[in-house]
Amino acid sequence: MEVDPFIFRLSIFILSIFIGYYVVWSVTPSLHTPLMSVTNAISSVIIVGAIIAALAGTSESIFNTSSIFGFIAIILAAINIFGGFLVTQRMLQMYKKKKDKKK
Amino acid sequence: MISANLAAIFYLVSGILFILALRGLSSPDTSRQGNYFGIAGMIIAIVVTFLSIGNFSTSLFYVIIFLVIGGTIGAFIAFKIPMTAMPELVAGFHSLVGLAAVLVAIAAFLNPAAFSLGNVGDIKLASLIEMSIGAAVGAITFSGSIIAFLKLRGIMSGAPITFSGQHILNLILGIGIFVLIFYLCKTQSTNIFWTVVIISFLVGVLLIIPIGGADMPVVISMLNSYSGWAAAGIGFTLENTALIITGALVGSSGAILSYIMCKAMNRSFVSVILGGFGADNSTDDKKEKKDQKPVKSGNAEDAAFLMKNASSVIIVPGYGMAVAQAQHALREMVDKLKKNDIKVTYAIHPVAGRMPGHMNVLLAEANVPYDEVFELEDINNDFANSDVAFVIGANDVTNPVAKTDPKSPIFGMPVLDVEKCKSVLFVKRSLSPGYAGIDNELFYKDNTLMLFADAKKMTEDIVKNLD
Repeated sequence: MEVDPFIFRLSIFILSIFIGYYVVWSVTPSLHTPLMSVTNAISSVIIVGAIIAALAGTSESIFNTSSIFGFIAIILAAINIFGGFLVTQRMLQMYKKKKDKKK
Repeated sequence: MISANLAAIFYLVSGILFILALRGLSSPDTSRQGNYFGIAGMIIAIVVTFLSIGNFSTSLFYVIIFLVIGGTIGAFIAFKIPMTAMPELVAGFHSLVGLAAVLVAIAAFLNPAAFSLGNVGDIKLASLIEMSIGAAVGAITFSGSIIAFLKLRGIMSGAPITFSGQHILNLILGIGIFVLIFYLCKTQSTNIFWTVVIISFLVGVLLIIPIGGADMPVVISMLNSYSGWAAAGIGFTLENTALIITGALVGSSGAILSYIMCKAMNRSFVSVILGGFGADNSTDDKKEKKDQKPVKSGNAEDAAFLMKNASSVIIVPGYGMAVAQAQHALREMVDKLKKNDIKVTYAIHPVAGRMPGHMNVLLAEANVPYDEVFELEDINNDFANSDVAFVIGANDVTNPVAKTDPKSPIFGMPVLDVEKCKSVLFVKRSLSPGYAGIDNELFYKDNTLMLFADAKKMTEDIVKNLD
């Protein structure tokens, strides 16, 4: 009997939770705000679903009932992707060690 | 056009790059590189999606236009937003992830063939469950984050909104969602699907309105976690590894942050969720006590004198500093002190501010080197050997009552041992209690000097007096 592919995805999911658990505990507390903004940005990889939905329209009706939801989702996810990564970058630029100030 | 298998490999690569992005945050030195990994992962995921669909018709043109519109808005926000507004921004971004998840789930429900999940009215059972869970969690994330955003922005009062039967109502609605999903699977009815989405929006609102301003760090982390689980739910529907990995990462990240925040306040997660904290704790007898106890108050000159004659000063920043935008003035003051060979460090309580790491970002913005900034457990023993503690905009996190009075609502919460310092300077606008609604004993100690003023103005005055 074959294993349902769902089980493979479930395995990936559960193993990723464990990876997330250990990786996030190693994040230094002073970077918790950038952590939140970067997780925000990467969770917008949901844009792949939005693109699939948006591209499902036929050439006669690009904006049909289901693809229109995809297009709106693309805008939302894109705001998050650009906004999330750029604001993270902006914050991380500020965390630079001042060598002359070191005790 | 690339094969589904090759696409799956690339999605895995982008998932791994996202793991490396989080891994980079373990130290400020590697964090920027980590962010680039994250960006690379995102670009791979998007490009692979285009290639695997292989539909280069006019639709693609529109997709790119919408991408650019969203990207421009996002970039504009990212460059314009002041650092003090980070909590609202993050809450706002969470709501977008939530709504995007809902929209993708709706699109998949209306046109399952595009996602190869079966046909309308005959969607694969597993996919139907996955997409309705994704939609429900996404909807809760969306409306909950909107409420959090409004509270943080000050458009809505930070005070908890409670009514009788609130928890029962939430429970009924929560069970209702599951029952509806069950019937949805049996009937494939579009109406039931929409009802699930609408009830979930309602649950999101009801879940966050009873939670008070002081618990916002937990709420933001919790919504962060939800947005991850919503993404994972959609990832299962789309059978997309990148989304599943990312959802799991973000979900556990938010959960850990919520745990850290709860622990830092000595509150259980359940009690935060049930809300109502800080609503009406100011009983009459506490008010009387306040009137009786004498308070020493001083001005900028006194504060400058005290600090000039100190050899070590610890700064304790809090939300008040963020509100008053006092971080730059504070940095100026510290520079002056350092010129006089005074050792200055910063002590940060995990829940200072309105989101995890809020104070660290503000200090970083004011060019404070991060190796002068310490977490609670690393610096708490130093207060006893320091001359002056300069508390600016913090309150509850310094309250010694958390160590002494078992009846206090914040008893057991780890606090900064500010009172052990030889003298304490407390910048505050008035004697009003903090978000926990309790009086701070520290105000009435002999070695405390209250500086009643706006944090920024007071700090600027002190700078003048240090010359």
